[in-house]
Amino acid sequence: MPNVGLFIPCYVDQLYPQVGLATLRILRRLGLNVEFPQEQTCCGQPMANSGCDAAARPLAERFLEIFGKYDHVVSPSGSCVSMVRNHYDHWLHGKPRFEHLRDHTFELCEYLTDIAKIVNVDGEFPFKVGLQMSCHGLRELRLARSSERMVAPFNKVRQLLSQLRGIEIVELSRPDECCGFGGTFAVGEEAISCLMGRDRIQDHTKAGAQVIAGFDMSCLMHLDGLIRRSDQPQRVMHVAEILEKAQLS
Amino acid sequence: MIGHAEKSAAFVANEDRAHWHDQSLWFVRAKRDRQASAIPEWEALREAASAIKTHTLSRLADYLEEFERKAIANGIQVHWARDAAEHNAIVHQILAGHGVTHLVKSKSMLTEECHLNPYLESHGIEVTDTDLGERIVQLRKEPPSHIVMPAIHLKREEIGELFHIELGTEKGASDPKYLTEAARGHLRSKFMGAQAGLTGVNFAVAETGGVVVCTNEGNADMGASLPRLHIACMGIEKLIPRARDLSVFLRLLARSGTGQPITGYTSHFNGPVRGGEMHVVIVDNGRSRILGQETFRRSLGCIRCGACMNTCPVYRRSGGYSYGYTVPGPIGSILAPQRDPEKYASLPFASSLCGSCTDVCPVKIDLHHQLLAFRKVLVDLKAVPLQKRLSMAVMGFVLSHPSLYRIGGGLMRAIVPRLPRSLVYGPWNPWGIQRELPPMPQESFRDLIQKEPS
Amino acid sequence: MSSRNSILDSLRQNVPPLAPLPAPINGINGIRYADPIKQFEETLTVAGGTLVRATAPQDLASALANIEVYASAAKVASLVPGIPSRNVDLSAIEDPHDLEGIDVAIIPGKFGVAENAAVWIPGETLTPHRAIFVITQHLILVVPASEIVDNLHQAYERIHWSPNSFGIFISGPSKTADIEQSLVIGAHGARSCTVILL
Repeated sequence: MPNVGLFIPCYVDQLYPQVGLATLRILRRLGLNVEFPQEQTCCGQPMANSGCDAAARPLAERFLEIFGKYDHVVSPSGSCVSMVRNHYDHWLHGKPRFEHLRDHTFELCEYLTDIAKIVNVDGEFPFKVGLQMSCHGLRELRLARSSERMVAPFNKVRQLLSQLRGIEIVELSRPDECCGFGGTFAVGEEAISCLMGRDRIQDHTKAGAQVIAGFDMSCLMHLDGLIRRSDQPQRVMHVAEILEKAQLS
Repeated sequence: MIGHAEKSAAFVANEDRAHWHDQSLWFVRAKRDRQASAIPEWEALREAASAIKTHTLSRLADYLEEFERKAIANGIQVHWARDAAEHNAIVHQILAGHGVTHLVKSKSMLTEECHLNPYLESHGIEVTDTDLGERIVQLRKEPPSHIVMPAIHLKREEIGELFHIELGTEKGASDPKYLTEAARGHLRSKFMGAQAGLTGVNFAVAETGGVVVCTNEGNADMGASLPRLHIACMGIEKLIPRARDLSVFLRLLARSGTGQPITGYTSHFNGPVRGGEMHVVIVDNGRSRILGQETFRRSLGCIRCGACMNTCPVYRRSGGYSYGYTVPGPIGSILAPQRDPEKYASLPFASSLCGSCTDVCPVKIDLHHQLLAFRKVLVDLKAVPLQKRLSMAVMGFVLSHPSLYRIGGGLMRAIVPRLPRSLVYGPWNPWGIQRELPPMPQESFRDLIQKEPS
Repeated sequence: MSSRNSILDSLRQNVPPLAPLPAPINGINGIRYADPIKQFEETLTVAGGTLVRATAPQDLASALANIEVYASAAKVASLVPGIPSRNVDLSAIEDPHDLEGIDVAIIPGKFGVAENAAVWIPGETLTPHRAIFVITQHLILVVPASEIVDNLHQAYERIHWSPNSFGIFISGPSKTADIEQSLVIGAHGARSCTVILL
């Protein structure tokens, strides 16, 4: 039975705690030994993405200290997991337990499909759902085939959600165009960021989505901010919240 | 310093127009997808192209020497230019030596980079850009806004108005067929009167000592085959080793850039016309320096297809002029700050790092990783505003200290919901200009997990 | 130091680690079509061209007669043996500019490529002047039907290069979409391109 370290990104911890709870419950219900090391804070991505490596590096080192001891690390965030798997190497290369950490840090959906090997999802979600395939999870973790690539199609998120009774996953006209969050881009290039977000929402609206579902709360936070400002009807939900009540096996 | 953010905000202020521009380019991306999906070996082709470029760049000096030898044996005169100034002087010298007063040009981003046109014009040589899109922007005295579709930012009515003034077409006429026919006649007379033709180079082949030029219009052929003098200008990175390698790149180029299986004309110029002269000008202009940079040398593999621009959600909504450089979009945002980090410091940040560009690039340049890496270069050069660097340092400090982080988070969640709206939302809160802040929960996850049964 | 040597020196100082050159892709490993001619025709049509089939060499003349631009042309330049030019004496034209005014040029192609409807025309075909294929108002290419390959790798396997040998792949007529992405046929070069498969 692997020891699983639960990594809850800073903004999920502070702003969307129910996503963290849902993740915790899903993993515990699978019978896993899940621990939430309290000393964790942040993977360092906002600083690293701004080019401020000096500010990000200590966070990477902390992350290894805190999470290095676990067999698996699971997080409800594609972009944070991508940070650990794809961008920690040049700071932590060669350090004890880093290789193990890098190869065993997972986003929630991929953990369920690839490691926990979930094939049955027994639950209900009678809503029209638009998938927000956030870019880091999509193109860095390859949670699904990105529309640019000519390879066999697959989508780990859809794989998990499509079995829910009553769910209808709607077809978007641009299935994986960026929502415009992009970290500090959201404020640094505010005008473009918001136009991109509004265009995404419009796509979901045209497709009839009642719920916009994703695996990265940062993107959903940005879309939700636009939705609530313009009184649009959609709800945003993290995949963990949707799967929380289902039986996974 | 006005950078991409300011210019793009102005572009999207006209939201209808921004959407129109976005749709025009998305249409080309969609065509690319249709073409690429029809080739089962598409990803293998990209891999091959990437490997060929990586190899070529690791032996570039040798291949350039081989190219020069073979080109000379073909009867081509080969010139070398360290920088833009030398390039312009060489081209001028060749033209002046033949008494050329009128030059026709087909598309060459390199000559844009070197600002050749104004240089030649200041020396009394009339220069006509013959690619229709290039001619349109030339008449408007504007630079191209896209490297393959130079006038993509213009509506037909605007082009109609331009042609009415410059070519005498009917006022108000905007049918593309009518306007193109007018341009055909106008440019045909330019071709007939020119004494020399200048082309760019899509690929230079070391094995054969020749160059390959791809167009849909046929303007490179007209310009290189009617006058007796043909000048082809190329960056050093245009080299590929063998003629057979062309099949890999040609299968990728048009599919990626315009969504066609191949362009109308793919011309292999291996020497001058009978009784004529052909010159090739090989240009460095900073490329050899980039070759020495481990992270950024891959950008030299670029075949200037434009696919990254077509797919970039930011480029589509901000237009080429928001970048302020000869080559815009994702690849331009790496090339421009190489040339002048301070001037173009905003460009690597003009990206959400979505990675779509990397996935469409036919030579598999890891564009979004290079954009990220360049941000670090800019911070190290202190080309990023102090306020931003400071706020990141503060954020990093807080996040390294869990108790500070917890206190800060708790304060934020306690105070923000109690503040009047006018204090929360204002120009000091760019997030809040068009978005609501996320709802601030009373308890954080760490609070709630204490209450969770184990 | 000359610019040439300065550039080469700079490149050698900055040289990246040697990376291997992959072997050229063999045509047999590229896309193959069950019916290459059908693929060629479909692709040519999308590219704005037209395919005509002539079942026997003697049908060439009648195939040509059925092509409207050929039938009505005042000036025809033919580079195909057995098909005469009309009101054009190519051997007398010393200056390629004097090719202006030719309505139709009939040029033999060596082979065609199904995946992109490209026809290969080696430079030695284009006599006396290379510009003939682009200055003409309309283009007719005559290609042996047995010489349609599937993909571009096969195409390059067939091409032999000699010093100063021009060569071109032509796929359809001249075109542009530079005005609002609206496709217009007949930019600077041929307004139409008919390929006769013999």
